[in-house]
Amino acid sequence: MSENILEMRAITKTFPGVKALEDVSLAVRRGEIHAICGENGAGKSTLMKVLSGVYPAGTYEGEILLDGEPQRFSGIRDSEQHGVVIIHQELALIPHLSVAENIFLGNERLSVRGVVDWNRTNAEAGELLRRVGLRENPITPVGQLGVGKQQLVEIAKALSKDVRLLILDEPTAALNDDDSEHLLGLLRQLREQGITCIIISHKLGEITAVADATTIIRDGRTIETLDMRADEISQERIIRGMVGRELGDRFPERTSTPGEEVLRVEGWTVRHPVQDRLVVDDASFTVRAGEVVGIAGLMGAGRTELAMSVFGRSYGKYVSGKLYLHGQEVQARSVQEAIAHRMAYATEDRKTFGLNLIDDIRGNVSAAGLRKLSRRGWVNRHEEVKVAEESRRSMRIKAPGVMSVVGGLSGGNQQKVVLSKWVYTDPDVLILDEPTRGIDVGAKVEIYTIINKLVAAGKAVVVISSELPELLGVCDRIYTLAEGRTTGELPARGASQERLMQLMTQEKDTAR
Amino acid sequence: MSHTTAPDPGTARSDAGASTGQQGGGAGSRGPLAHLQALTGNLRQSGIFLAFVAIVALFAVATDGVLLSPTNVTNLVLQYSYILVLAIGMVIVIIAGHIDLSVGSVVALTGAVSAVVVIQGGAPWPVGVAAALAVGIAVGAWHGFWVAQVGIPAFIVTLAGMLLFRGLTLRVLDNVSLSPFPDGYSAIASGFINGLLGGNGYDAFTLLVFALGVAGFAVAALRTRRTRQGYGQQVESLPLFALKIVLVAAVTMGFAWLIANSRGLPVVLIILAVLIITYALITKNTVFGRQVYALGGNLSAARLSGVNTRNINFWVFVNMGFLSGVAGVIYSSRSNSAQPNAGNMFELDAIAAAFIGGAAVTGGVGTVVGAMVGGLIMAVMSNGMQLLSIDQSTQSVVRGLVLLAAVAFDVYTKKRAGITR
Repeated sequence: MSENILEMRAITKTFPGVKALEDVSLAVRRGEIHAICGENGAGKSTLMKVLSGVYPAGTYEGEILLDGEPQRFSGIRDSEQHGVVIIHQELALIPHLSVAENIFLGNERLSVRGVVDWNRTNAEAGELLRRVGLRENPITPVGQLGVGKQQLVEIAKALSKDVRLLILDEPTAALNDDDSEHLLGLLRQLREQGITCIIISHKLGEITAVADATTIIRDGRTIETLDMRADEISQERIIRGMVGRELGDRFPERTSTPGEEVLRVEGWTVRHPVQDRLVVDDASFTVRAGEVVGIAGLMGAGRTELAMSVFGRSYGKYVSGKLYLHGQEVQARSVQEAIAHRMAYATEDRKTFGLNLIDDIRGNVSAAGLRKLSRRGWVNRHEEVKVAEESRRSMRIKAPGVMSVVGGLSGGNQQKVVLSKWVYTDPDVLILDEPTRGIDVGAKVEIYTIINKLVAAGKAVVVISSELPELLGVCDRIYTLAEGRTTGELPARGASQERLMQLMTQEKDTAR
Repeated sequence: MSHTTAPDPGTARSDAGASTGQQGGGAGSRGPLAHLQALTGNLRQSGIFLAFVAIVALFAVATDGVLLSPTNVTNLVLQYSYILVLAIGMVIVIIAGHIDLSVGSVVALTGAVSAVVVIQGGAPWPVGVAAALAVGIAVGAWHGFWVAQVGIPAFIVTLAGMLLFRGLTLRVLDNVSLSPFPDGYSAIASGFINGLLGGNGYDAFTLLVFALGVAGFAVAALRTRRTRQGYGQQVESLPLFALKIVLVAAVTMGFAWLIANSRGLPVVLIILAVLIITYALITKNTVFGRQVYALGGNLSAARLSGVNTRNINFWVFVNMGFLSGVAGVIYSSRSNSAQPNAGNMFELDAIAAAFIGGAAVTGGVGTVVGAMVGGLIMAVMSNGMQLLSIDQSTQSVVRGLVLLAAVAFDVYTKKRAGITR
């Protein structure tokens, strides 16, 4: 038997227009905990989906060897039969079914043909729950358990499939400290029992604590594999591998002349809409007129939650915090009030939250500014078309006309429609959440140019982005968020990706 | 910065022809692609009109012209007016992404209240009308509260309403029919305005009213055209524009000639015309109407664009209640009585009218005019099959299949347009 339980060789995976993985290799030794690190969008999850058969053989290039044997998984069931089980970031449990039913879903314990053997089901489920250290009755509905316990049920489910290689995608992202600690302890126990784990995590503290080896992926390529046992690997060392790329001249020039302070947020705290945990915890920031301020943070740091909550409390439950516009404290308890205070928020998820895809450009551009286009409730439709036409020209939206349906436009053009909508409301503050996500390089430059025009016109702009080079290239100042708290503020000029990443991964107990 | 990006894929794909049910497409477009888009985009809308013309022609031939006889055309208007009134409200409910299963019961309840006030209570008939409308609005507010404030799916709320308000109808009427209404009340649905200007076998007044209507339409169209030109938008060529006006005028005056040759201008037709024009304008041209489309198209995006989605949903149901009240008055007036089982299954006809008229099952798409044509398609089919003495069972089968085919066509065109949500 070879020393490596898993080898992935020269994996290349392309999506239409994007090369998500290019020539990636990964070797995992038997019985170790192997961490995979990388920025958002680096290709970690894609690699794991290739491994677990979510993307079946034939949709990627390269080779997967399990115990030295080449494997071509046709789907998840196939890979699970070989003992490879993935637990996704979004838990895949059915809340109204019991713990036992969830554990054996699709893998039911049967007596005679097609009839569930409940005694066996519940007894075996109880056994598995003991192995993961969960004292719950197997007939409890999963929905009654907290997220931490649900995560353990997922692991129990994996164990029921005789797992040899367990893949966990961001297992602790939604967990509190205690639950995270328990989960990491469980991973160590599983290692004792000979189960190999691959763990994707943004929490570098966890990785240095628990991992035996760390592979770093950046821009769809393997950068390096660090042996965490042989050398003392610091978090800084991992960060250097994650961000080490050059800034090109992808950002149009802009001379920055910040003016008066426009927006100040102080001590903003928000609770998760259903769970009992804070997603934003005492966050503060300010933006001045003619200034671009960046907000950096890893997945789950609370960037979008902060932005949406500030924008008319459109996310979660507001706990505390003050909002000042032009030095005056104001209340914006609904989106309508926020818009009335001349705030704008362009969402990171255009298709779900930003656009009416079945409507045309005209209808989407005017959606937030209909009041401006109307008198006593009647919309001036000619003026509306004119406004949309002007937006189409100034934003360079590539479409046959303003009556084109937005659902048929490319991502970049859809984003320009979203920006047009908010620019038409003539805001003082624009919060742009991932303004260049999923759009090509050319369109990105156009979006940056639009941002430059906005600040030149005296607007205050907040940019939230996962791409650190983008923040460094576009912003004047950058705030970092970690676990819902602002952990740093630094001028973009002179800041480095390494420094940002340090602040972004700063955990609560290490906070200075 | 440079703009060396290749032609955007959006330019090629965006003309795939799901320009929704909204009219007036094609303005401000350029190039052959845009024309193609205007053509395919309007296919869904014009497809309905073509289907209507085809069905009318089919039954006109099959019934040896009886379908288009003056008496039958007048009857058709009278007989289906309340369904059309309900369909106006229903299409707005459906655009907002909901459904209302209770309208039949509400028609019965409002008619019953009116009858109790007028026939039992001896109040003047306008009081009965006011009472019916007030009850309709109250019922709408009840539904609106549960849907918009509490967040219960409209399907459930109005299913409960269907039972609830049917029960209340039985209670109000003490399980018996009330009749007859005074003359003024029954004239709402059965009255005619004629003889004001005399006529030669036909009613000149009716023709005059329609002629004024056509003239008004032509003037309004011309003004819109001028304003558009003033805003630098593209408009259709003058001959095409003129042809459209002439066509509309010819069809309308033909219809006017038919009813003028029967009993003259039905009062209910005036009510219906006012409602259709008002609601077509409200849905197309007001902030309220536009926000209904926005929230039906994408609720989250509408909310994040500052649309007060609760308010809009609430008023959509209040409006449905109001129109149910109007339909209740018309129906009780037409049958000259209030019956415990009045309005049974009306909701299904109204829903079918909206969907045949191009409303989308997922919300966000539909027009008042489309729903009217959809309602007329159902009306002509029922009426035509009755004239042909086709038995009830076959009628039901045919109507069911037509509804299914209409929605299947809608789903098909959407898939072809590649719009997935």
